[in-house]
Formats: sequence, structure tokens, C-alpha cells
Amino acid sequence: MTVSFRNLSRLLAAIAILLAPALQTTALHAQDWVRTGSGLSNQRIRIAAADFKPVGNDPQTPEFKTIFDATLFSDLSNAGVFDMVSKSMAPTATPGSPQEISLPQWAADPANASMVALGALSVTNGRLTVSGWVLDAKNPASPPVLGKQYGDAASQDNARAIAHRFADDIIARLSGMNGIAETKIYFVSARSGTKEIWAMDYDGQNEHIVTRLGSTSLSPRISPDNTRVAFSSIGKEGWAIRMYSLELGRMVAFPGGAAGGSNFSPAWSGDGSKIAFSSSRSGDPEIWVADSTGGNLHKLTSFHGPDVAPTWNPKTNSQIAWVSGRTGLPQIYTMDADGANIQRMTDGGYAISPSWSPSGQFLSFSWNRKYGPGAPGGQDIYVMDIASKRWLQLTHDAGSNDYPSWSPDGRHLVFERAIGGRTEIWTMLADGTEQHQLTHSGKDFMPNWSWK
Amino acid sequence: MKSGNRILTCLVLLAAVVGFAGCKKKTPPPTSTAPEINAPAPTAQLTATPTTVTAGDQVVLSWRTSNATSISIDGIGDVPSSGVKTVTPSESTSYHLVARGDGGSADATARVTVNPVQNAVAVNNDMSSSNLTEEEQFKANVQDIFFDYDSYDVGSNASGALSKSAAFLAQHPNIKVLIGGYCDERGSNEYNLTLGQSRANSAKNALVQAGIAENRIRVVSYGKEKPFCTESTEECWQQNRRAGFSIDR
Repeated sequence: MTVSFRNLSRLLAAIAILLAPALQTTALHAQDWVRTGSGLSNQRIRIAAADFKPVGNDPQTPEFKTIFDATLFSDLSNAGVFDMVSKSMAPTATPGSPQEISLPQWAADPANASMVALGALSVTNGRLTVSGWVLDAKNPASPPVLGKQYGDAASQDNARAIAHRFADDIIARLSGMNGIAETKIYFVSARSGTKEIWAMDYDGQNEHIVTRLGSTSLSPRISPDNTRVAFSSIGKEGWAIRMYSLELGRMVAFPGGAAGGSNFSPAWSGDGSKIAFSSSRSGDPEIWVADSTGGNLHKLTSFHGPDVAPTWNPKTNSQIAWVSGRTGLPQIYTMDADGANIQRMTDGGYAISPSWSPSGQFLSFSWNRKYGPGAPGGQDIYVMDIASKRWLQLTHDAGSNDYPSWSPDGRHLVFERAIGGRTEIWTMLADGTEQHQLTHSGKDFMPNWSWK
Repeated sequence: MKSGNRILTCLVLLAAVVGFAGCKKKTPPPTSTAPEINAPAPTAQLTATPTTVTAGDQVVLSWRTSNATSISIDGIGDVPSSGVKTVTPSESTSYHLVARGDGGSADATARVTVNPVQNAVAVNNDMSSSNLTEEEQFKANVQDIFFDYDSYDVGSNASGALSKSAAFLAQHPNIKVLIGGYCDERGSNEYNLTLGQSRANSAKNALVQAGIAENRIRVVSYGKEKPFCTESTEECWQQNRRAGFSIDR
């Protein structure tokens, strides 16, 4: 069979023309697999959050109302599932109930809302009461999509907490997934002089110290049931895995965490029954697993070189990803929870700090792909699809980034970013967009997002 | 008490580093010759840390160049455009770096003064005649060792220092040793803590192989949590990639 040169070149030109748009589309939508896998690709619901109506004449009401309105708007914006109607485009009305709203006003341009959140807030005898509704703006005749009442002691913290609860109820009702507005972030801060474990709300509010050990405490990991924080701390016997009870407000025993050698980077299994960590009690730093009560220890890895930073597949609890320096520079590996079936995930550079997504589909980690003396590589956050090992870089040209940790909804990551000697906690959506700085002390490290 | 020693060590080292940084500023600017039109002239910097040592001790050479295509250090040969290298000069040496590029050439020199071994001999000959305290003798004979970038292998450069340490410890069987593993500021705290552990383990294993009883040696990793030097420079990073020895009380 012969094809003339002219025909061949025509054919090639035709193929090129056909392929051009396809290639362009691929480039434009490089983030699609991450967006799909993390639930960020769904059509965003356009929602307006009306300012709440202050009821009664308690002098504290306006202050709490301001906090509540700002927190609710911020929570819905942060969720990653809504297209928010900006306050400047929304009607200035503050309807206190479904009877007081003129929905066509909110459905019309420029607000063009599909949904409206509204309600009333009052303070009576030191008690804060909030009534909240969500209405379908395009179907004024239909009953409320959501209607709830919340109450708690009147305080700024509770005004924020109730806004978080209402936001999570809205997110659950409209997106079908649990929201993250009531979640916490545990982290290390040196702002008190020594590195201690701290906690804050997911939006950076309400920062407070948890431990006061006066040594150096690192790698906090909150238990799946929010009752205990495991971390690594240096004492007179070296580095030990230690445990703080949030219910008792004090340290509790974790017997297996201090048996000689250095012990680092604890990780809870998704069912809360086990803790994996790095220990050099047998000489070389290896990955060990203990029951969450600190007993029944066994070693998973046996290879010369550092092994550290385990993270469980929270979906199955049957796999662990971790960092190993067995071939030189640290790389990300996965293995079964019994230590078998070791797979290397990264193909070079300096890869550290893996975090397994709640769906089990992704790993996020910190990677410097061009690591070496004199190399200009940056330490950036990446997300990898485990089955295909396809990866996407989420941070670019902004400091040194480390310790990504997934939010329980799988749509967000919290991470550490160091710029010019100042290290802060940041969040972003799982596709790298909407990056926000949460802390401002310059001495904040190693964030860990709570499981609920 | 242990932390007191460590703080003292840190202060001394910090002072050394600050003093060294001061010296660096007095280094004459790199000389450049006949730059060609349109090609930028190369620049070159070379430093040695520390600048005065006892024979057998390690010295860290650190260099940085720009606009150069060929860089060499006399006695070492061709080197990358920037980097660090550990050397163990047996006598006082001037290290001379030449960087050549399309825009000409530049050179830089770093001088290291090497003193003959004295303390060790005095101690070896007659311990009781020495006026040094046990602490001072330890400091003089058991010296920290340094590691290459991301490595926990004890290099041949450190073997002299480790033999000297082992000889001293063999003569002082009552002294227990604490080996601290340290890393530079780059990379993750968690990984660096295990790397520091591996460095301290390597140093311990070298001493055990030299005949020191394992139960006299305790290791702890400080990762990058307790740096000796806090600047973001290659010199400083090399200072922090070490196994540090102190008396374990």
C-alpha cells in the first residue's frame, strides 16, 4: 500500500487540526480528576446569606449578630460547594422569618439567588437563641428546605459556634455531605516560648494552647472521636509518643510510646483502634503499630534507613503510606497494614509528610521534585491519585510548604507554609485554589485537621 | 546539667560562627579580569569553617559562583557552581577557587590554619599531669563529626576524629557519652528527626566497633529543633549536619 507524500502530509495536517482542541482542553482541565475525586466539580449552588434580624433589646445582641453573620457567610464561602451572592448584590432587607421575606427580590438580578439563608437572633436572660431557615428562591410556594432553632449561653464563642452548626446543617442538606464548619485544627506553635500543641477552629478563630510541657512537642494527631491528641515530645528519656485527653484536660498514659529510642509522628487508624508511629527502639527508625491504649506493639518495616510519618488509609484501615529514606532521599511508599506489599509512589526528589484522603483515593504530600545542592526547587504540596500515580502540584512559588492534612469532607487541605523565617498555617481547596492564611504568629507548624 | 552543657556548646559555636561571619565580610571582593562585551563577569565566594583547627579535624569548604562555566578548587579539581565539601587538612592550607566563564574569570581564597595535635598527646601520656578538667579533656578529644547532605553515613573524613574519641573514651571508662543527631533547617522536622537519629546511631556504631561498650552510649535526635547555627547558608547548614558528643551525666 502506498500513500503519496502529498496525501500523507494532508493526513497529518488533518490529524493536527483535530487534535489541537483536544490538547488545549486537556491542558485547561488538568485539575479535573482532582476536582471530580474531591467533589469540587459539581455545579455550585448560588446561595445568599441574608443578615440575620436582631430581636429584642438586649445590648449584646448587635455584637453577637455581627459575629454570627460574618461567620455564617465565611463558612458557606469556605465550603467549596456554593456560589455566594456577595452582600453588595443582595437586598438590604433582614427578614427574620419565611413570612417576612420577598423571595422574588432575592431571585431577581443582581442577586439571582437559588437559595436564601435567613433568620433571627435574640439574647434573653443570658441565653442566645437563633432561628434559621433556608428557602428555595426559585420556588416561593415550596416549604422551607431547612428550618432549625439553636440555643446556648450568650457569648461571642457561642455566636460563632451556632453559626458553624447552622452552616454545617445547610451544607449537609444542600450538598449531601457533612460540612467542616465545626471541625478543629490541631497544630504546633512556639509562640509561648516552647513548641506546644495548640488548637483552633477550622477558620483560624479561637486559637488556644492545649499542652504546657515546656519542652518540644511535635506532630499532633487528633483521635477520630475528638477525645485525645497523640503527639511526640522530648523528655529526659528522649522522644516519646505522648497522649493528651481533651475530656480530662490532662496528659494520660500511652505505655508503648516511650520504650527507649526516639519515637515520632503518631497516626490514628480511621477506626481509632490503632496508632502507627516511627520508633528507633530496635536501632533503626522503623514504622511500628500499637493499640490506641499503648499495648500490643509490633514492627511493620525492616529496612536500613529512616522510616517515619505514617498515615492510614482512613477508608479501609488496611493500608499505610509513609516516608522512607531506604534508597537515599525520602520517598513516599504504601504498604498493607501488616507490612506486606510495599509500593513506591514517588519517582524522585524529596517527598515527605503524606496524608491519606478520607475517600481513600488520594495522597497529599510535600514534594521538592528538584532537590539538591544549589537546585532551585521549591517544597510544594501535591495531590496524587493512588491508583494511577497521576499527580498535581497545588502550591506554586510561595514559600516552603509541608504537612498537608485533609479535611474530613475531602474538599480541603490545611498545610504549613514558611516564608522568610515565618511559618504559618494555611488552608486551600483540594485543587489548590482559594488559599487562605489562618495564623499570624510566625511560629505555627504541623497542622492536623480533626476527623469531624 | 546536660542542657547547660549543650547551651554552652551552642553559645561557643554561635560565637565562632558570628566571628566567622564577621571575617567573611572582610574578604576582598572577587577579582575579575577583562570581561567580554555582553557576557556578565563571573563572581566567586569561598569560605572555610572553621578557619583554625587541630590536625585531623574536619573543615567545611563552601562556595558559590555565578556566570561561570568552569569552576575548580586547587587540589580538589572541578566542582559544581555551588556546593559544600568536607576536607581534613593535615597542615595549614590556602584553598583557592577559580571560576571561569564567557565574561572572564574570578577567584576566591579561604585560608585554614592547622595546629598540631597537642592536647591528645598530653592526655595520652599522663592524665594526672593535665590541668584540664574532665569536661575540658572530653571537649578536646571527643569532637563532633559532620555529615554530607542528606546522608547518615560516617565519611572517611570523620574516621580520624572518631578514632581519637574512641581512644579517649577507652582511657576514661567512667565517662558515659550522649550523642545528639542534628540536621540542617531544610526539609521536614519529622524526617529530619529520623535522619538525626540515624546520624547519631552511625556515630554510636563507629564507637562500638572501636571497642567502646554499647551501654556507655546514649543517642538522641534533635533533628532541626536545636540548631547550632540559624542562618540560611550552606556554611550554616553544614554546621548543623552533625553528630554532637557530650558527657552523659
